Order: sequence, then C-alpha cells, then structure tokens
Amino acid sequence: MEATLNSIIAAAAPLVIATMGETITEKSGVVNLSLEGSLRLSAMTGFVVAFWVGHALVGFGAAAIVGAAIAAIIASTSIRLKLNQIAVGFVLTLLAADLASFLGDSFVGERGPRVPALPIPILSDIPFVGKVFFDHDLVVYGSFLAIGVTWFVFYRTRAGLNLQGVGERPEGAFARGVKVNTLRFWYTVLGGAMVGIAGAAYSLDVKLGWRETLTLNLGWIALAIVIFGGWHPLRVAFGAYLFGALQVLAFQLQDVFPGLAQVLPIAPFPLMIIALVFVYSSGFRRIGDHFPRLRNLLGSEAPAAMGTVFERE
Amino acid sequence: MGLATHDIRKHFGTIRANDGISFTIESGSLHGILGENGAGKSTLMKILSGFYEADSGEVDLDGETLDLRSPADAIKVGIGMLHQDPLVFLPFTVLDNFVLGSPGPQRLDRSDARAELERVSGELGFRFDSERLARDLTVGERQQLEITRLMWLGAKVLIFDEPTTGISATQRDQLFLTLRSLAENGLIVLFVSHKLEEVEELCDSVTVIRQGKVVFEAAMPITSEVLVEKMFGKVFVEEDRDPAPFGAPVLELSRVTIEEGTTHIEDLSLSCAAGEVVGLAGLEGSGQRTLLRACAGLLAPSSGLLSVDGNNLNKASYRDHLAAGVHYLPAGRLEEGLVEGISIAEHLVLTSEDTGFFINWDAADEAARQEIDDYSIKGRPSSPAEALSGGNQQRLLLAMIPDEVRLLLLEHPTRGLDVGSAAYVWQRLLERRSDGTSIVFSSADLDELLRYSDRIVVFFAGDVFAMRNVGETDGEELGHLIGGKVRG
Repeated sequence: MEATLNSIIAAAAPLVIATMGETITEKSGVVNLSLEGSLRLSAMTGFVVAFWVGHALVGFGAAAIVGAAIAAIIASTSIRLKLNQIAVGFVLTLLAADLASFLGDSFVGERGPRVPALPIPILSDIPFVGKVFFDHDLVVYGSFLAIGVTWFVFYRTRAGLNLQGVGERPEGAFARGVKVNTLRFWYTVLGGAMVGIAGAAYSLDVKLGWRETLTLNLGWIALAIVIFGGWHPLRVAFGAYLFGALQVLAFQLQDVFPGLAQVLPIAPFPLMIIALVFVYSSGFRRIGDHFPRLRNLLGSEAPAAMGTVFERE
Repeated sequence: MGLATHDIRKHFGTIRANDGISFTIESGSLHGILGENGAGKSTLMKILSGFYEADSGEVDLDGETLDLRSPADAIKVGIGMLHQDPLVFLPFTVLDNFVLGSPGPQRLDRSDARAELERVSGELGFRFDSERLARDLTVGERQQLEITRLMWLGAKVLIFDEPTTGISATQRDQLFLTLRSLAENGLIVLFVSHKLEEVEELCDSVTVIRQGKVVFEAAMPITSEVLVEKMFGKVFVEEDRDPAPFGAPVLELSRVTIEEGTTHIEDLSLSCAAGEVVGLAGLEGSGQRTLLRACAGLLAPSSGLLSVDGNNLNKASYRDHLAAGVHYLPAGRLEEGLVEGISIAEHLVLTSEDTGFFINWDAADEAARQEIDDYSIKGRPSSPAEALSGGNQQRLLLAMIPDEVRLLLLEHPTRGLDVGSAAYVWQRLLERRSDGTSIVFSSADLDELLRYSDRIVVFFAGDVFAMRNVGETDGEELGHLIGGKVRG
C-alpha cells in the first residue's frame, strides 16, 4: 500500500507541475494549447542537454527555457499581433512535436543522468506518511511546492488577486491600474517554463531516456485536467493524482486482470466527462452558496476572459 | 482649485471623437456633461480617467498639470471613474472586488480590508455583506461598491458615466443623495448623461458637448429649451410632405409586451396602415431595435397580439413573417444584412424566388446588371459586398427587397450615408409607400423623422415614452421627449 501510494505520487509529479503551470497561464486569460508539443520538445531537449553535460539539473534548465520560449511566442503573438491563441498554440503543438522527433532521433536508447533520490531525513522515518510523501527526489518535492505556492499566491496575495482579475475582466483590472498585458505575458512564460520542467521530468526522472512516445497524449490530458479541476490548484492537483493512480493501478494489475489493465488507462477520459457534468450542475453550485469557504474549491467557472485579446481602445 | 482641460483631442480612425475640448470645473461642484450619443462624452471621461491617452491637450487638477498615461496615474492623483457597466469582477466576493488593485503589502490581510470596507461604506451610508459574490449584487449595489472603493483610494474627482442606466428609481434617488453629499464634501463630481431631466435635477453647472466640441457651458439652472437646442443643434424641416392616403391597417400591435435585456416594452398598441410611415425616435438602445426585431419575427413578444394584414403572427417564425410580406433591413448592413465575401450577383441569387437546384450564372449576372442599373449601385455583379461603400450597400439591400412587400422595417436606413444617397434611399422608399407598403423606421436624425414620418413613436429607457402625429410636434419637443422629458 505504502509503495503503491509512493509510486502514484512520483508518477504524477510531472503532470502536477505541468497542470499547475497551465492553470497559472489560463487564470491570467491566456490559453497555452501547445502543451502536447511543449512537453515532448522539452523532454527531448532536457534529456539531450543533460546527456551532453552529464548533469540532470542543467537539462531541467534547458527544458524550462524551451517551454518558456514556446509560451512566449503564444503570449506575444496574441498581445502584439492579436493572433488567435488557439490557432497559434495548435500550430506550435505540431511543430514542436515533430521537431522533437527529428532532433532527438539519434538519442533514442541512450542512458542519461538521473535525478538522485533524496529522502528527507527524520520526516521520511515517520511511519506510513514518511514513506508515502518524503521518500522521493527533488522533482516530487518540487511538485508539492508548485501546488502549495500556486494556491497561496492565488488566494492569499495581491499579486494572485490581480492575476485572477486580469483573466476574469481585463478592462476592470486595467481600470484599477493593473498592467494587464505585462502580467499576461510573464504568467504565460512562467506557466510555459513549468511545462518545460515537467517535460524534462519525464525523460530524466520518471522514465529515463528519450523516445518519441515518452509523453504521448500527456499534454492533452494536462489540458483536460485543468478544465476538470475548475482552474483551482487543489482540484487540478487532485485530477493529476487521480490520473496517476489509474496508470499505476493499470500497471500493477496487468498480470492479474489483463483485461482491466487495458481499460484503466483510458478510464480518466469518461471519468472527466462525468466529473464535468457534475461540477457544472446547479446543485454543486448551491453547495458553494451555503458554504462560502468551500465556494472557491467547488467553483468550476473558466476565467471569463480566457483566450481573448485585451486592447485598451 | 478645480479640474481643467485644455484643448483635448482624440481621434479613432477618421472620427474626431474629441476635437479640442476645454473646460474648467470648480471643486465642490456637481457638474453635468450633457450630449447625445456619440457626441464624445465617454471618450473625454476615459481620457480624464487614464483609460485612453489623448492625442494632444492637457489636464490640470488643482493647478498642477497631470501626466495621465494609464488608470494607475489617474487613481494616484485622485481621479476615479465609474463606468456605465460597473467594472466589477462578477465571480469574486465583494471584499476581493474592494481590494483588487489597491496598494499595500503583497500578503493580503483580508480582515484588515474588511474593516476598511465597513468603515468607508459606513461613512457613505452603504451596507455590504463582504462575502457575497458581486454577481449577486444589483447594478445599483455594484455602483455603491465602486464608489466605496474609489473613495477609499482617496478620490478627489469622481466621474459617473450614465450611472442611472439599469438601476431602479429608489436606487437612483439614493445615488443622487450620495452624489450631492460627495460634492458638499469638496469633491468634484462629473455626471455624464444624455438625460436632461436628471442633469436639471442634480447639477450645479453643465457643459454641453456636440460632435466632439464644447458648445455650451453655464451654471444651472438653464431652461431645457436652451439645452435641447445646444445638444441637437437647430432642427430645420422642409415643407415638402405629400402624404399618401392611408389604406387598411397592415401592422397591428395590440397590448404587446416585449422583453429583451434591459428593454421592457409594455402594453404597446400601435397600428401602421398601408401607405403610412411610422418613425421610431429615441436614443440608441432605448427599445426601437427591440420593437423592429419583434415585428420582423426575430423576437417573440411575451404577451399581446401582433398581426400583419389581419394574420396573427404571434410566436410565428421569421419565415412566416417573410411569407406574410414583412421585410427587415437592420442597421448593421455588412454584419446582419449582407454576407461578407460574396458578390452582388450571389446576394441577388440568394434572395431570388428561384428554388431550382442549379444556378444559371449567366442569367444571374444579367439580372444583377439590371438591378445595378435600376438602383444605381456603384459596383459590378462580381463585386463583394464589403467592397461597396455604405450607400451602395444600402442600395443593394433595397434591391434585395422582394417586389411584393406589405411591411418594411428599417433600422437607421440612412445612417452614415451622404446627403445624395440618403435622398435616393428615401425616394425609393416613398415609391414603395405609394404602392401601399407600410414603413416603420428608426432614426437618430430628428430632421429625417419629421420629414418622412406620419407618426413618431418616442422611446425612452427601454419603453415607449410618447407618440405624436407629425403635424402636432416639432424638433424641440422631440428633443425633450427623447431626453425623457415632457414639455411643461
């Protein structure tokens, strides 16, 4: 049991980081649709750079730059050229994915450095909890940090309130003196960098090594999890862990119930649809009206200005 | 001490929204900015609040020249604006709306902010439940929240852009009380409106803006005759009417109620006979469009009876209206009336009664050439709709009206057209009238309304405000009625 929970948390860590990044981006009103391509290209870049240098950390840095650069293209073409974010994001998805396959071809099968395990002293000795949460490496601790910091910034700081305002009603934020497009640009870049780090985590931590199908479909899944999570960091994290759990379960059960193992990996998709139907129901909203403290967590509204261009005049 | 502007200019494309605006307002006064739609009031206010940057000109507050590049600059010097639709964040709580954008340490101290909200709103006489969502507040309450926030940020100048749109009478009275007490406490309150009555009731002084220029400045009271003349300019009517004899009633509305957004036309009874022209007057968005759309079958009345030539068309579809001989020409010629990207010939094929599967393009081109001649459209059969000028688009729309029409519904038929095209459009319309077609049209041009209508229906604030036979009224009275004021 401990081992299973431990591996679920480890397996879901990159997805958690990527979905937090996309949550931040979308909360500011920009949709970075390129996740599928960004993940793949940054996984490849991260692996190749780490392989050359012999240092995993450098690989993560390079991957973050790749993710940030793709995000910067989406943000700047949207803000400066008023291009459609969905169109640009989709084109970049295809481009980045093919580029990764092409450039990474000769590195398939190589073994690169890996992120060292780092059990936290004392904490990891706590029975059960220690094994589940504190016997991991830096990537997993980073995923915990990403959830905590995102939640804290969103709901406990002025910067987070401004960020949400920009994604909800840019005219209103602008009228209050918030620099709408500057914030959108940098939050998109930040979100992209996190997606890049998640990509490197796949090739340097979770699965070790580069191959074309390493992150297959995970970008689309991350986008869906953000929606399923209602743009709330804790619910998004829950979605990422749920997906991780089903994958680990499928892997562990494949000898016992081969049929089930076929079904489980695709179970998240119908589950997400059902969850979406549920969270958009009026009854769900009413719970929020009765318990204001829960309202944020239960809310499922997309940022109203998501995907739009803000122009002053 | 006070607020002054010097020669403010701002253009959008070829339109000069503000064309050299200068005025001075003393501290502690409640000042009205009056003007019809599109006169440039909102642009000026957005410049004062930093939302727009002026092309040129200067704004002084208490003797100091301001550098207004963004709303942040305006807030810093104490200029705050309440937009017509209060810019609150609907899914956020009252408290979060209150603190968003305010200065302070990064870590939000909500209990501190709550205390401030209660203190400032208490001083102003408002009450808020800080945990409610802004969505659940009425428009009036959202305004109160914005006033509270701006006062908390230290506003010295408060701009209210059409603040009485969408709020109840009680809330309006309360708002006026608040505005007066703010002015008494030394603030400059700018009240932007096109409603004469409200400006007369509330303001100490007034500036009238027309076509981007200040045309009048004075201390109140001013007679509304003067204000109407300043707002709309002189109205001239030529005596060239030759009313056709009316036939049997074509359009008949009996106690019809229509609701759309904030528009609420209640219990309207109106008829329009064959050969009669009914003009719909009123400021943009006062309900004229809603009525036209209901008559066209694009909007179902919630109660009452709507008939054309005695056929009941209640809840009938748009197609049924078309079959009954109703034809509607919307104001958005290119957006609603024509299809961007397709040619004159294709438009005419689309509206022709030929229902065959194949299109004979040679015949279609020939027919198009004929219509282009008939309606003097400047274009070729292959010219796409968006390549035509506004006047030629309107001519094409006229050419697309079927021969057998009983009722023509026109929204701003001559807006944006030059005098020649406008005259041509009316010449064709009056030919239709002589054939016994009923015409109902909306217009912002008093001159046009008085010249062509047999009867004028005045809309105000989303409902029918008055009806006049054209011989019994004049431009001055219409100006009053449009502003929601019955000449006393």
